[in-house]
Parts: sequence; structure tokens; C-alpha cells
Amino acid sequence: MARRVTLAVDLDGIRLPTPVLGASGCFGSGQEMAEVLDLRQVGGIVTKSVTLAPVRGLATPRMVETASGMLNAIGLQNPGVQEFVRKDGAFIARSGVPTFVSIAGKTVEEFAEVAAHVRDVPGVVGIEANISCPNVARRNQVFACDPDAAADVVGAVVRITSVPVFAKLTADVTDIVAVARECVRAGAHGLSLINTLLGMAVDAETFRPALAAVTGGLSGPAIKPVALRCVFQVSQALPEVPIIGMGGIRSATDAVEFLLAGASAVAVGTANFFNPHATVEIAQGVGRFLADRGLSSPADLRGRLAAKAEAEDLVPRGG
Amino acid sequence: MPDRGRDEAVIRQKCEVLSAKRAGVYHTITIVAPDIADRARPGQFVQVLVPGGREYLLRRPFSIHQASRKGGWAGTLEFAFLALGPGTTWLSEIQPHDVLDVVGPLGKPFPYPRDMTNCLLVGGGYGAAPLYFLAQELRARGKRVDMVIGARNQARLFKPVEAKRLSQTVVLATEDGSVGDRGRVTDVLPGMVSRCNTQVVYGCGPNDMLRAVAEYCSAHRIPSQVAVEELMACGLGVCWTCVVPVIRPNGSGWDHLRSCMEGPVFSGSRVWWERWLGGRTEPLATPPHGFRIDDGDATPPGTWRAE
Repeated sequence: MARRVTLAVDLDGIRLPTPVLGASGCFGSGQEMAEVLDLRQVGGIVTKSVTLAPVRGLATPRMVETASGMLNAIGLQNPGVQEFVRKDGAFIARSGVPTFVSIAGKTVEEFAEVAAHVRDVPGVVGIEANISCPNVARRNQVFACDPDAAADVVGAVVRITSVPVFAKLTADVTDIVAVARECVRAGAHGLSLINTLLGMAVDAETFRPALAAVTGGLSGPAIKPVALRCVFQVSQALPEVPIIGMGGIRSATDAVEFLLAGASAVAVGTANFFNPHATVEIAQGVGRFLADRGLSSPADLRGRLAAKAEAEDLVPRGG
Repeated sequence: MPDRGRDEAVIRQKCEVLSAKRAGVYHTITIVAPDIADRARPGQFVQVLVPGGREYLLRRPFSIHQASRKGGWAGTLEFAFLALGPGTTWLSEIQPHDVLDVVGPLGKPFPYPRDMTNCLLVGGGYGAAPLYFLAQELRARGKRVDMVIGARNQARLFKPVEAKRLSQTVVLATEDGSVGDRGRVTDVLPGMVSRCNTQVVYGCGPNDMLRAVAEYCSAHRIPSQVAVEELMACGLGVCWTCVVPVIRPNGSGWDHLRSCMEGPVFSGSRVWWERWLGGRTEPLATPPHGFRIDDGDATPPGTWRAE
């Protein structure tokens, strides 16, 4: 190839060696994946969400496979932020992998308190505010369903730390652009799009819901078109804001599609479960894609989609 | 595939199928997987990709039935299954020389008893599969092995002849009485325990069977180790779907432990069976009375030796 290809990307000040991260809840903090993968080849890691107090999570069955995807209902099981900082924090500090810590909470104050615990962990390049987990006790805990509630959380976290904050949003809203706008106005450095979609599965043999929690989060290739739409809509409206795109990515082509739609980087979630090397293979594939087309960096793809739609046309109108 | 680092303990390999056979109603597949077989221990499992239906993406977990580390078939690994859904149906049609994408070995293996020698292995259906591998390893360590193999009927009894070859005494139990004793494994368990002077029990099979075996052992203060099964997405410890409620060693509470990392082998006396299997729709707030293991655990410290 005539031109040298670099896989490195820059999320407005956050440098990542490749544009492919391990997504929250699908990669631990990297420790388990290090058993099957050389983490030095991973673009970054978004940790499993951590809360202030330990959470045991929901009863089993927590998982059911569905057409081209799966539903999960874990209920944010985690050891609590103190244990997280002690164990995962120590691993993050020595792993050398750019790591975003995903934080969750039932209240605005809890988000801020968790952020205060994790902000000083060495190796943490960002905080992902998980304001869109569907597996919570009450729907009003899904802060990303409401632009003002989302902004309250983001604002509180931004005030307590200088670490860049990404807001993780859900597509289960009428107008994701409105939520994204308020998050950025409240100080979000970037956006992570999208979380799992709220779904359910029924077992016709037992007349029971397939999940103990009845509903769960749908992930995998089944949700990729929804995720692409969200990335495209938001990037059209907020072209300056770095977006980590995710939802059903399992191949380099999938990743390229998200970059074209407007993402600066992508995260791979469910694909890790059936291909533990997915993050690395996809990054390598993106490199080949760039080289084959004489492009030099993933940034060359960002927002290069040849689409006619204006941002205004993409945003649902009332009535 | 990416370059492997130095530290990885879990291997992903493209494995050639050496043989695909029937065992009663079950299927067994032997693959050439030298790196995985070399590390495999009884109780561990592999995750097998089933590209048959593209609609189904997740790997299927199978416990390791045999792993040959030396001899004529070195580097092979065998697993057993029943063709039930689209994934296992695809696998049931696999032919020698086909290639499977396999990740393993995964999970924590069965521990071996440190001092005690008389081991009773209790298996139900094709869940009994890992017990044959375990029996070999126990015998190689000078332990006495007895077995109880149960199933609904004769066709569902997993490799009874091999059980006879591997153990001092065997009792077969079928629910319809088509072979061996009529009844469930728990019906013949007390007789076997006293006849074989059993000191430790290993169980693998349906979860309800494991619960009955573990509760019998706890009541009679016999240490038990059981390999459980829970719906699992990754097998790598990152998805947190396969958890089982397990009482802490000091009895001070319980945790949802991953059957792919802290399990699938657990001490039978520490699994909180009622919460896990009994009350799925009505979770219990506290462990039931009499199930605290700080005062009721049948397993004295130092019983098990990790290898």
C-alpha cells in the first residue's frame, strides 16, 4: 500500500490505538478477556457498570437467545464501587488499556458519588454514564428517557470530575436527538449510542416469560439497524460531538458502517460472547478496509455517508 | 485470528472432527484439540460455535467427556449432547473431517479429595458425561470409584458399559425399570453409600437431581461436589448470565457466582438450591433455616485439594 494506515483515533482529546472497544457489560474490566486475548490489541474497554453499593442482581434465567440476538436481564450485578476500585481499578492501572468506567445509579447524587470514586483510577480515560440500562426496578430510573433527567445526571457527574464524560443513551425514546442535545449542553464530552432495547421473550411450553425478570435488554445483530439510525441522527444534529457507536457489531464491515454513519469509534458487545477475538479481528478488518481503499485512518470514514437527508428531516416531529 | 499473548489460559481453536458417534439417544463428537485437551480437567467445559442456523449466534457449552493427553489419541477431546434445539441438531449432523470452532477449557474443575479415598460418582442422563473423565483421574490418584448412573429409560442411560469398566461397583437406575433398578438415582444412593463406604460424592446431571443428591449428602454430612447448569452466553466470565446463588463459606450471606468462572463445580452444601430452582418467581429474602453452612456444613476445611 502506498499510504500508511493508522488505526488510532482521537475522540476529541482521548487517544485510542484502534477504533474498536469492548462494550460495557460484555468485556468485564478486561481481566477475564485477558485469558483469551492480548489486550494490547484492543482499542479500549468500557467496564461493566458499577454502582455505589454492591448489587446481587436479578434471579435466573437471565438470558435467552432470540433471532439474531439475545435478551439479558442481569440487573447491574456488581461488587460496588469500593471493591471495584480496589480490584478492577488495580487491573485497569496496570493493563495499559484505555478504559472508560461505566457508572450507574438510582439517583443523580449516586451517579456523582460513584464518579468521585473512580475519577482518580490510573488508566481511566473517561466515564460512561449508563443512564439507559433497561433492567432497573422502575422506568423513571432510565434517566435517558427524559432530556432533563439525562442532563441532570450528566451535569452532576461533569461537575465532580475533569475526566471526560460520555452519556450512554437508549433508542427507546421518541426523539434521541433531543436527549443527546441536553446531555451535551450539560457538559457531556461525547455520547455512547446505543444501549440494549427493552424486549421480552415468551416460552410457549411453560406459559412463562423466558426471563425471570420478564423483560430484558435486546442486543446483537438484531438491533444494528436501530443503532445505525440513532448514530446517524445524532451525528447529523451534533457533528462536533464524538460518538462511540454500538449495537450488533460483529464484523469489520459493521464497524465501517457505524463510522460512515458518524461514529468516531465503535464498541463491540454481544459478538465477544461468540467470538472472544471480535474486538481485535474487527480492528484488523477495518485496517484492511482502509488500506484497500487508499484511506489512512478511521477518521477518513467518519460521516462520509452519501445521504441527502437533512438533520431536520431525521428528527421525528410531534403530531 | 489475532496473535496470542503469552498469558492466555483459554484457547480458541479450529478443530477437526475425528469421529461423530451415537451413544443411545445421545451423540458424541471427538475433536482434535491438542492445546485445549492438554489443559482440560474433569468438570471443565468447552464452548462450541454452531454456524448451522445463522439466526442463532451464541456458542453451545458442553462439558468435557474425555480428554486424551497421552497415548495413541493424544490431543483429542470428546463431548456428548442430545439433539434438542437448532444448535445441537446442526451438531448432530456433523461428519468426520468437518471443522468446529471451539473455545476452552472453561470453568473450574472438580477438586480431588485430599485424604479420603472412597468416591461415589452420581450421574443423570448425558449429564453423566464428565464423570467418566473424572473417574479416570480419581483412579490415577489411587482413589476408589463407584458409580450410580440414572436416566428415564435404557436408551437414555449414558455409556453404562464404560461405567462398569471404570468403577468398583455400578448401580444403574431407570425410572421405567427398563434396565437396572427402577427409580431415581436418589433412591439407590443411600444403599450405595453404605455398601461402598462412600466418603465423598460427585454429581453431574439435571439440576433437580443435583439438588436431591446435594441435600442427601448435606443431611448425612458427606462432602459433595456438583457440576451445575445455567443458561450461559459467553462462558468467559463477562456476561454474568449464568449465575447461581451460593452461600459464603462462613455462612455470612450469599452471592450470585458465575457457573462459568467460580463454577460449574460447586460444593453441594453451599448452593442455595431453594432460591435457585425453587423460588424463581418469588425470590426469598434470607437463606432458609437450617441451611447455614457455618454450623451445618458437611465439608471440614482441607477436605479438597485443588490442582
